[in-house]
Amino acid sequence: MIVELGHYALIMALATALLQSVLPIIGARTRDAGLMGVAPAAAIASFVLILFAFVALTVSYVTSDFSVKNVWENSHSMMPMIYKFSGVWGNHEGSMMLWLLILVFFSALVAFFGGNLPATLKSNVLAVQAWITSAFLTFVLLTSNPFQRLSPAPLEGRDLNPILQDIGLAIHPPMLYLGYVGFSICFSFAVAALIDGRIDAAWARWVRPWTLAAWTALTAGIAMGSYWAYYELGWGGWWFWDPVENASFMPWLAGTALLHSALVMEKREALKIWTILLAIMTFSLSLLGTFLVRSGVLTSVHAFATDPTRGIFILCILVAFIGGAFTLFALRAQTLSPGGLFAPISREGALVLNNLFLTTATATVLVGTLYPLVLEAITGAKISVGPPFFNLTFGPLMIPLLLAVPFGPLLAWKRGDLWAVTQRLYMAAGAALLVSLAVIYFATGAPVMAGLGIGLGVWLIAGSLTDIAMRSGVGKVALPIMWRRLKGLPRSAFGGALAHMGLGVSVIGIVAVTAFATESVVTMKPGETTVGGPFTLQFEGLKPNTGPNYTELQGRFIILRDGQPVSHLTAAKRVFTARQMPTTEAGIYTNGANQLYVALGDELPGGGVVVRVWWKPWVTFIWFGAIFMSFGGIVSLFDRRLRIGAPAKSRSPAVAVGQET
Amino acid sequence: MRKLALTLFAVPFLALLFALPAGAVTPDEILDDPVLEQRARDISAGLRCLVCQNQSIDDSDAELAKDLRVLVRQRLVVGDSDNEVIGYIVSRYGEFVLLKPRLSSKTIVLWAMPLILLAVGFGYLLLGSRRRRTSASATVLSVEEQSDIKKILGSREGDQL
Repeated sequence: MIVELGHYALIMALATALLQSVLPIIGARTRDAGLMGVAPAAAIASFVLILFAFVALTVSYVTSDFSVKNVWENSHSMMPMIYKFSGVWGNHEGSMMLWLLILVFFSALVAFFGGNLPATLKSNVLAVQAWITSAFLTFVLLTSNPFQRLSPAPLEGRDLNPILQDIGLAIHPPMLYLGYVGFSICFSFAVAALIDGRIDAAWARWVRPWTLAAWTALTAGIAMGSYWAYYELGWGGWWFWDPVENASFMPWLAGTALLHSALVMEKREALKIWTILLAIMTFSLSLLGTFLVRSGVLTSVHAFATDPTRGIFILCILVAFIGGAFTLFALRAQTLSPGGLFAPISREGALVLNNLFLTTATATVLVGTLYPLVLEAITGAKISVGPPFFNLTFGPLMIPLLLAVPFGPLLAWKRGDLWAVTQRLYMAAGAALLVSLAVIYFATGAPVMAGLGIGLGVWLIAGSLTDIAMRSGVGKVALPIMWRRLKGLPRSAFGGALAHMGLGVSVIGIVAVTAFATESVVTMKPGETTVGGPFTLQFEGLKPNTGPNYTELQGRFIILRDGQPVSHLTAAKRVFTARQMPTTEAGIYTNGANQLYVALGDELPGGGVVVRVWWKPWVTFIWFGAIFMSFGGIVSLFDRRLRIGAPAKSRSPAVAVGQET
Repeated sequence: MRKLALTLFAVPFLALLFALPAGAVTPDEILDDPVLEQRARDISAGLRCLVCQNQSIDDSDAELAKDLRVLVRQRLVVGDSDNEVIGYIVSRYGEFVLLKPRLSSKTIVLWAMPLILLAVGFGYLLLGSRRRRTSASATVLSVEEQSDIKKILGSREGDQL
């Protein structure tokens, strides 16, 4: 019964969303407060309805109601509860429900907290959100209904894809979607501003925290996905330049650019038109990502051709929204005033440079991802674009950007003094150089590039510290004053420094693991040893084990250092009973920032087993860096300035600058 | 293994992909000469497994990938250069096997795109700043005025930002 109610709630939500799509816009046009008042009420109603539908689906998963087709296809009564729960979004239909839920959640947040927004802006924003909601609700109801029943009901489900039976599934998709879909707010604000034909500081003040929140979640989501892939995969890779990864990475890159340009717009009222364009592009890339992975077009063009209903539906949504938004932009952008002026060497200039490189990088990833599809469609020629291409193009684009990062926050607004900033950074540069030389000198067989790469990471970290030190007047004022200044710094200053520092930490991890990781593939019999980094691994033997819904063969190892056992480790090969599907469970021993990573291969006749051992120095830095970045985002979100909310009237730049200190 | 990655990132998206046990290079394939073996690994990492999704033959444990890995090693042992090995594989399986597409009339747009975009971006900014300078020249302050302002504001502005 609750399943049917859930289905009914979805239909009701569509009706509500359609009302919310039209009435507030008319209200904003005619200044009719009654019609505009529909927007927040409808937004909250949609949220409640879709939440109800989502809960209904969750209940049928948790109770293993196999009369629901979606539950039967993706669940099993023997699965641990956490996977029954997270299995809700471990499939196409369910994940679209999560997508929708987060979308209307954001709309409801705008409705709830938007009291101090100009009424017309708020109505327009919520109407645009409702367009998106309506489009995707229609998609779900027509092509991906999760509430379809089966009769007679099967006795047992077909199980969740075993690789998804992991805590990662509980965290990664919700985080990723919070980011992906969170950018819809920026999109709606941009479109609403274009409809209104005006943007002021209030607009920027509103957009920045949303961008920040979405970006923070997306950063954490991508990092979580990367780590999950790393440990679940069984071969120790952490990024594959896979089209599906690129689909989430492109909005992240564009969102990072947006975050920085919105800063210029908020503080200096410059780059208005560009910020609007970026906001549209960022969410467009989120939509594109949704299309790419949902339609199956990536798996193969032929898979898309055999069942094109969903793909074409999303393609239509994609074309309508992206095309519509860009058309509106082309028509209206001229009416917006471009805003403040600034010299090329200035904080604004640095942020423009940031945007130039980030958008170029986004475009590079986009072109690389789509090129094989487009080329095949046009000429019939089949080519592949894989990791070597992205490493060769994306990498060099990032180097100048990363080198420039520490300069940005130290430059003054409007007109900066590059030479003065360079002088302030001499300590950071010295530290970076020293570390580079030390790595090249001490690490045996280290390529020069590895030394420079690690130096780059140190440069970023030391640069962020310099930023905070300079702001609090280290070396210029007495200690108590310095302390007071440090405490008085806006949280966003710390947030920015933390995020840039995290970038440096990730760079160090990436470079170190790329340059210094070692791998060995050996056949081991019980009692035999092999070397991984500074450790020796002794194989104890294989032991069968039974889990709740799988059987596994565990390979046990003792980890020795200088002949003394320091720890032990278990790697396993599992077979999940329901699907008879094998997976590998890597054994990981974390030592400081380093990891010893062990995966089992095939058993060989005569009691041996193939063992793959990786020593991955500093590998955890990759994800710690991302945690720093997200944390920086959270710290910035709690900045006083953002909590006050937007003033209704535009304020002059002078006041804005004065307030920031 | 790429299939696993695909599934993980596609979690919300793609439902039916299969997992394979960790595989790829097995001990019996490994060449005795470590230099040659490293070359084989590097070449393999750039060749696509034809029956997988976006996986190099170095990561894949499909039968075909194994055959190709063995083939690469055979050619290396015979004394082929890296390019000869790659050329040999391409002559048999086509450009599709290359994860790093060769520069050709078909791929020129792909390879040139980052440079074109950077150039266009810089060009636009340069033009924009020149245009702005000429249009805003009336409001530009004289050198003395600027230094006066710097004297008055300089220290404070520095502290603020």
